[in-house]
Amino acid sequence: MSGTTPHITPYKTLGIILLILLVFTFITVEITSIHLGALTVTVALLIAGFKGYLVLTYFMHLKHESTLLKILVAMVFVLFALIVVITFIDYAFR
Amino acid sequence: MINEKEEVKHVSYLDHQGEYKGIFAWIFSTDHKRIALLYLYAIVTFFFVGAILGLMMRFELAAPGETIVKPQTYNGLFTVHGVIMIFMVVIPGLSAVFGNFLLPLHIGAKDVAFPKLNRFSWWIFIVGSIMAILTQFLRHGPPDTGWTFYAPYSTTTGTSVILATSAAFVLGFSSILTGLNFIVTIHRMRAPGMKFFNMPLFPWSIYAASWIQLLATPVVGITLIMLIFERVFGIGFFDPQLGGDPLLFQHLFWIYSHPAVYIMILPAMGVITEIIPTFCQQKVYGYKAIAISSLAIAGVGFLVWGHHMYTSGMSEQARWFFSFLTFVVAVPSAIKVFNWIFTMYKGSIDLKPPFLYALFFIFLFIIGGTTGLILGSVATNIQVHDTAFVVAHFHYIIFGGMGFAFFAAIHFWFPKIYGTMYNIKMANIASIALFVGFNLLYFPQFIIGYQGMPRRYYDYLPQFQWAQVISTVGGVVLFIALVMMVTNLVRGAKKGQPAPANPWKGSTLEWTIPSPPSLENFDEDPVVKKNPYDYNS
Amino acid sequence: MSNQVNHAHVHRDDEAQKLGMWLFIFTELLLFGGLFLVYSIFRVQYSANFHESSLELSVTFGVINTVVLLISSMSVAFALTAVQKGNYKFAMQMILLTVILAGVFMVNKYFEWGGKFHHGLYPGSDLMEFLDNGHHLFFGLYFFMTGLHGLHIIIGVILLLISYVKIKRGKIQSDNFMHLENAALYWHLVDLIWIFLFPLLYLIS
Repeated sequence: MSGTTPHITPYKTLGIILLILLVFTFITVEITSIHLGALTVTVALLIAGFKGYLVLTYFMHLKHESTLLKILVAMVFVLFALIVVITFIDYAFR
Repeated sequence: MINEKEEVKHVSYLDHQGEYKGIFAWIFSTDHKRIALLYLYAIVTFFFVGAILGLMMRFELAAPGETIVKPQTYNGLFTVHGVIMIFMVVIPGLSAVFGNFLLPLHIGAKDVAFPKLNRFSWWIFIVGSIMAILTQFLRHGPPDTGWTFYAPYSTTTGTSVILATSAAFVLGFSSILTGLNFIVTIHRMRAPGMKFFNMPLFPWSIYAASWIQLLATPVVGITLIMLIFERVFGIGFFDPQLGGDPLLFQHLFWIYSHPAVYIMILPAMGVITEIIPTFCQQKVYGYKAIAISSLAIAGVGFLVWGHHMYTSGMSEQARWFFSFLTFVVAVPSAIKVFNWIFTMYKGSIDLKPPFLYALFFIFLFIIGGTTGLILGSVATNIQVHDTAFVVAHFHYIIFGGMGFAFFAAIHFWFPKIYGTMYNIKMANIASIALFVGFNLLYFPQFIIGYQGMPRRYYDYLPQFQWAQVISTVGGVVLFIALVMMVTNLVRGAKKGQPAPANPWKGSTLEWTIPSPPSLENFDEDPVVKKNPYDYNS
Repeated sequence: MSNQVNHAHVHRDDEAQKLGMWLFIFTELLLFGGLFLVYSIFRVQYSANFHESSLELSVTFGVINTVVLLISSMSVAFALTAVQKGNYKFAMQMILLTVILAGVFMVNKYFEWGGKFHHGLYPGSDLMEFLDNGHHLFFGLYFFMTGLHGLHIIIGVILLLISYVKIKRGKIQSDNFMHLENAALYWHLVDLIWIFLFPLLYLIS
């Protein structure tokens, strides 16, 4: 890649992403104050996942990185998810 | 393309004069070849310390009751034997020594991606090792928990657990950084024209092992810190009285420590996969299968950790799940064994020491692997868990597997590393003595383990003594054979006959450069063969 | 994967540096992952107690800290864009802003933790011993996870300050900025972890 000009993320894009992140932060706070029971955590985690996706994709520039890197990042999250799920196979059925 | 006619004067990396002098020319070196040797000498030293500790255990076990040490001392012995062998010998062993020396050569690079980070990895390996050794001498006494540090004993015993776990943490960091370095090296520094599927299979095995080093080690890192915090602050994660669960420690611990065994065995398999085609002078059978199976072992290996915990109180569903996946992960390993044997078929066999060690490896690995299936099956596991059967299994697979592969590797790449040759006959004799001693030592343990001899016990019922005596004799034979092997190698390094660039008619890139290599390995970009195991050109 | 690999003569490989930092980020994710695993197990086992304990945490502080970190992620990304465009002065200002925001975060943390300590709530305290199991575990996790996160904030700040000095000395240029990019990546990781810590610790009441 020693010849291609790297992609420069415009200030405007970064600003918009921040706004979205802030909006979703406030949404999370509001939603979790409603008693949805077990669903509360799920919703909160989904929103956090979306915020994390935005940070990874735009702030951490993953959108413009190689396919390899995108696959590796996904792989790490999948591995972590598998480990959690498998551990719960023990705890859920004891 | 061999550099026969040299305009450039060839200076071996061993003789290279850099900015540092004396010992600093080595411990401040960023040359992957020197760093490999620094690891080699440290690891061989730690191996002998661990072996002597093992021998002491064997002398204690030669007779029931107290024989040469007190019970508390025995607990300390098997703990430090495990800590040294696992964290300071077999986990770093093949990666840090042969990964460091050979990986850049195999891919046609002049060094690893981050040479200074490589040097730093060695430094903290030494720091962690010193910390581990210090645990034996400090006020609170050597740790007596076993290398597995299970809660609640590890959170309550008065011995030097905090220092030992801190040592393991530092050693783990070294492992992580080495894995990181190798992954980037393989992605970024292959010679022009060398695609992933043109690489030899040893780099493939290092690649797979490096991913495990990178991703699994942090889990045990944080677990050890949790253990320390439990001791210091009583946070209670593993204490039932505070709402915690001792099994949670076991889960976290084995989430790393099971993949860790693949860190040990994958490079070992990689070594064997280099040696067999070389000494049969024909290409590897099933190159792609071997490459992919390395990744498959690494991947599935992350999901089987519970097979260390069948009797711990895990749920039934968890036991099914882990047992099933344990059998799945055995398949890629078996594929490799078939591929090695088919590589030999109709080959032109040259029974030199590396090949002899490789054959012993296959034999011992098969025994270790199949007894692993007995352990992996829940029903039979109940009988043999925590017995000498387990001890025999893991020594066959780790010592018989990784250990013999390490011996094979040193005998294979010795002429390249030192530029001299050892005595072939002595090497063969030592290897046979090793093989005999090894089986005498460990095979009887399968039998008495099955019959009920517990592990980590220094006392036992008289009916097991016959086996313990044979094992102790085997241990002595093994130790003598080890000394023979090392003496032969040291003599070869100092006074051996000069070795040519390619004494074994190998086809991978390291054999195209002088023995020993120069500092930057290749004078110009090497010519890359599409098939790394092409013995006809 | 046939990336055009650099010849032996070229000593700088930006892609390698970047890949190296991403790999290191993976290790950090797994490191915190172990704690998130412990959290999730105990949360399911002691959900009521975790709810109650979470009430002790100030959502206001949590929100302020989240907002602060999010803005700091943007400011460090601004710094990188600035360097790439050759606006070195603005880049340095943005790095300083990031560091200041990190400081605000740490000051908040100091007050939060200080408040807990003042009430006798800290790892190993007598009060902790009296808590019910679920509460005890929650606060153990709270201090451990936010403490480890705080340590990573400090590391991130150090990396950012090193980048600041490098820009000042001209060592970071619009065609040579890997150090800043990597420091920024690390900083985003610190933000990423907090994005998950915040709801799990503060918002489950």
